[in-house]
Amino acid sequence: MAHQKIVPIELKLQTRLFSPDDLKRFHLAALEIMEEVGVSMPSHKALDILAGAGATVDRQKMVAKLPRSLVEKALKAAPKRYTLGARDPGNSLDLDGKHSYLSTDGCGIETYDLWTGERRLSTKQDIEDSARLADSLPQIAFYWGPMVSAQDVPAKTRPLHELQAAFTGTAKHVQPETIITEEIAKYAVDMAAVVAGGYEELRRRPLLSVMQCAMDPLGQDGGSLEASLVAAEHGLPTGFMPMPMSCATGPATLAGNLVVTTIDALAPLVLMQTAYPGSPFFFAAAPTAIDLRLGSYTGGGPEDYLLAAGFQEICAYYGIPLSMGTMATGAKVPDWQAAVDNVFSTLASVLTTVAMMTGAGMLNGSKIMSFQQIVMDCEIYEIARRFAAGIEVNDETLAVKVIKEVGIGGNYLAHKHTRAHMREIWRPTVVDRSPLQVWEDSGRAGAFEKATEIARRTLKDYQTEPLAPEVQRELDEIIRKAEKTIRD
Amino acid sequence: MSDKGALLEKLKGIVIDGIIEDSEGATKEALGQGVEPLEIVEKGLVPGIEEAGARFSRGDYFLPELVASAEAMQTAMAVLDPLLRAKQEARKTLGHVLLGTVEGDIHSIGKNIVGALLQAAGFVVTDLGANVAVGTFVAKARELRPNIIGMSALLTTTMVKQQQTIEALAKEGLRSGLKVMVGGAPVTGDWAKKIGADDFAEDAVAAVAVAKRLVGA
Repeated sequence: MAHQKIVPIELKLQTRLFSPDDLKRFHLAALEIMEEVGVSMPSHKALDILAGAGATVDRQKMVAKLPRSLVEKALKAAPKRYTLGARDPGNSLDLDGKHSYLSTDGCGIETYDLWTGERRLSTKQDIEDSARLADSLPQIAFYWGPMVSAQDVPAKTRPLHELQAAFTGTAKHVQPETIITEEIAKYAVDMAAVVAGGYEELRRRPLLSVMQCAMDPLGQDGGSLEASLVAAEHGLPTGFMPMPMSCATGPATLAGNLVVTTIDALAPLVLMQTAYPGSPFFFAAAPTAIDLRLGSYTGGGPEDYLLAAGFQEICAYYGIPLSMGTMATGAKVPDWQAAVDNVFSTLASVLTTVAMMTGAGMLNGSKIMSFQQIVMDCEIYEIARRFAAGIEVNDETLAVKVIKEVGIGGNYLAHKHTRAHMREIWRPTVVDRSPLQVWEDSGRAGAFEKATEIARRTLKDYQTEPLAPEVQRELDEIIRKAEKTIRD
Repeated sequence: MSDKGALLEKLKGIVIDGIIEDSEGATKEALGQGVEPLEIVEKGLVPGIEEAGARFSRGDYFLPELVASAEAMQTAMAVLDPLLRAKQEARKTLGHVLLGTVEGDIHSIGKNIVGALLQAAGFVVTDLGANVAVGTFVAKARELRPNIIGMSALLTTTMVKQQQTIEALAKEGLRSGLKVMVGGAPVTGDWAKKIGADDFAEDAVAAVAVAKRLVGA
């Protein structure tokens, strides 16, 4: 099967939730709280850096109060535009505020087996397989996650095994959320350098970026901060993902939720830019509202879509790229609910030009991976991509001359204007448009069956550009070393 | 209505409406008027939390309202518990649940919601917080002799601490008669079975049903 070029989304339509004054108020609210209350950063290394730059640090509580001047200086230092590298340089992603890229979704614990359909514990092979499927799909721009946890390898080196499987499966950019200690981060950087061809080459072409989960409200995990400092030291982009849940870890009001989201994405920027000024940094987020009956994560709802669109506007105000939780339906199977969640969620991100959308292919609130869902989410992306492109207006597209020629009651079927433009019309890959009789005769094969066929064919036939055998050996060696040195 | 009756009614209302900030004051007021601690619990707080629970079951209350009721009751109990202990009196409960998020894991919101709902349902809850070491679970189990231990884990890399805790409890001879329930985003029924937990729950509402079943309530 052929390798296809990544197709990003370029938005022509415009959506705005907030006025310039609204955006200023979010900023001022975040500044006030970071200065007065501070943020939890349970790492002496992080607190040393911030204290040295003028933050008021409480070592007992492991809290840093960030003065406004420090925050604004850090914001100035952060690059507004940079490129995510990839093992295959042709897969580089330009984070320029004009393009939206889709990744896989991630960090699940189970897989719907592609061959048996059963729901089972996820494995390292699932990561390589899903990365390979992602490599084949031009809608998927980078591999986020990993999609599932490699539960068949030891827990202490699991993130490294997962990284190896991702690098093996795809030549696209990789952005894990599982590099959460300094020790693991050092090994992960070593692995990325091996794949890139050296540390300098990795800095020039960061094929790995590191995302961390924030500890809302107003906090981070110490290990995650230290892991990200290692990544930034080597020029890898870093970002932190708050996911405050309105009523539980964030205020019930959506604007209040966005204040918490902003603080928990922005406070780590202050740390990283203080430690490594100019290092590539991104915001990340997946804010949501609580399920008022169960207290659980919803996996979709109007609040989620508004929070996504709203936070992107805040990120655009700062000029910092955003990696936004997008799609990730709460549906248990790829059904009507999955489509509703993922369509609205995609539109919210696309219509505001979110740089990175994470992502395709998970069910049950990012807990179960489905290969079919990856393929079907790419179809949603394709429809959104066409929608985002809007309607071009010029002499050729207005077609006044053509309309006059065809005249009253004629048709445009054989006109050369039709043949010149017909390929601009979107064509489905898995959406079923077959006639009723054909559909019944096929055993009622719809989108899911088509997606199954595509996923199975791809995993049988598609070859990712392989890692050189010596690279693979070095990766094995690094993991072996980590296995020996990291304590249980 | 007597003064005493009015005070108990007021406390009941405070719990139902989840007015956390008034709970301690009203409890002390009742004590000051000579109402017995056990009577405050059984005729003020418990009818209040039962009504809140009933409203939640009917769908009239949402989770944050029930959590506020549980916190209002907890605030009152913080005043009353030492007095009850001094008198060697105990209120009627469904049982004692020891809760915690396992070592290496600092996620606590789900566990906190479970704790509030269990209290609302009539359990006594001791919450050990987050990042609780295996040894701490064991030591507290020995000290407090709870009916149930509930362990939360949000990471696949920390789930294994649930297993280690269950093994340690067995090794220390504390497992028999003690029920163990597990939860957290990556926890499944298969995992619960594999590690020898008595049961698991996917969300806080299910956790209450599981806890009740485990104590035969």
